[in-house]
Amino acid sequence: MQILGLYNYWIFILLLAIGLYAVIVKSNYIKRMIGLAIFQAAVFLLFITMDKVEGGTAPIFTKYMVPGQLYANPLPQVLILTAIVVGISVTALGLAIAIRIKEEYGCVEEHETQRMDREP
Amino acid sequence: MMTLFGIITLTLLAVSAFATIQSRNLFVSSMWFGIFSLLMASNFFILDAADVALTEAAVGAGVSTVLFLSALALTAEHEKGALPGARWLPIVVLALASAVLFYASFQQPVLGDPQAPVHQHVAPWYLAETPNLIDIPNVVAAVLASFRAYDTLGEVIVVFAAGVGVLSVLGFKPRRKRAVSGAQVARVVRGIQHHAILRVVGKLIIPFLLLFGLFVQFHGEYTPGGGFPAGALFTAAIMLYAILEGADRSARVMPQRVMLILAALGATLFSTVGVVCMLLGGNFLEYDVLLASNTAAQQLGIILVEFGVGVTVAAVLIAVFNAMANRETY
Repeated sequence: MQILGLYNYWIFILLLAIGLYAVIVKSNYIKRMIGLAIFQAAVFLLFITMDKVEGGTAPIFTKYMVPGQLYANPLPQVLILTAIVVGISVTALGLAIAIRIKEEYGCVEEHETQRMDREP
Repeated sequence: MMTLFGIITLTLLAVSAFATIQSRNLFVSSMWFGIFSLLMASNFFILDAADVALTEAAVGAGVSTVLFLSALALTAEHEKGALPGARWLPIVVLALASAVLFYASFQQPVLGDPQAPVHQHVAPWYLAETPNLIDIPNVVAAVLASFRAYDTLGEVIVVFAAGVGVLSVLGFKPRRKRAVSGAQVARVVRGIQHHAILRVVGKLIIPFLLLFGLFVQFHGEYTPGGGFPAGALFTAAIMLYAILEGADRSARVMPQRVMLILAALGATLFSTVGVVCMLLGGNFLEYDVLLASNTAAQQLGIILVEFGVGVTVAAVLIAVFNAMANRETY
């Protein structure tokens, strides 16, 4: 059971690697933004993993709660709640730039745009 | 039981992330990413983060999938492969970095450990003092809009700046779409106009979606919610309308000019509340001075600030969607 408690961290590492792999290797700008979004989601998972308390519940008080009830840590939740919306806004900005690149170059592949830049 | 469920969703998460990257067809990739986000949301829910789960479900599975599809309609549906160069080099580097992180994970506190350092700092204080100082049930909303309102103001400004950035890159006025060639959304519209059942059912959902957005907005102090998920839910309703009726009509209902003004007004409302607190003799965003009763003043401040957040998030996301969906394809 001790080892299973680390499974969240392993999935976090795996998602981090998958997202970063797409950002480094892929040539298509849209695919890279998807990779970046996966990378982001991995970090969200790490933060939310921290908030869990064994036997606790979501940090919302109700009248049914017994005294001494444990609650999850609200702080990582607040940080990630805002980060998700900031993340989509920044992703949208990346997509907008990709759309402009497509309009100027006629493609969204990095090796093609680079080749066009090198041509006189 | 919950542990087993968590392990299954985490495994599926890794599988869907792999499938997202694997597929050469970007349409398939976007769909896999939507599934990935939904799995992520259920995972957040298992980890007792109800507010975050709601936001991820609305933003990740809803709004971001539609934004990716709108971007695909304007670019290319298929990717042409990887960058030239050695493929093994990034794999080796990433494998090494992952191995280091894997080694470090054994030093981490196990999931749910109450003795973990993260639970020893300010979090117990927030949980203990929220009933006394603010007196609202949702501690996440209390921390978001009162204890750490500075952070949230900063995030709202970032969202606003990103919206302004998108409109500066794509142009403020949406270009007229030619009647024949259209973005993918327009093609979907034509497809959906033949599907009477989808149109009728979709239209039935819209008012309830808007109502749910308002509920999440104004009930966020009592139940999971607040301005961030509410703004995303509102955007989802407008996106559904655009899919059913055409993006040009949704842009007429929600004109870009109005959206930009609303986005600015939401952020302004947030900072105005802070300035009013200063004028009344308190610190910036110290709501206690707004009313005679401290807890009532805190609640008033939180409701106003959350409203500003909701308006900015909805306006920015709708403006971004309008700008992408109404763009002419080249």
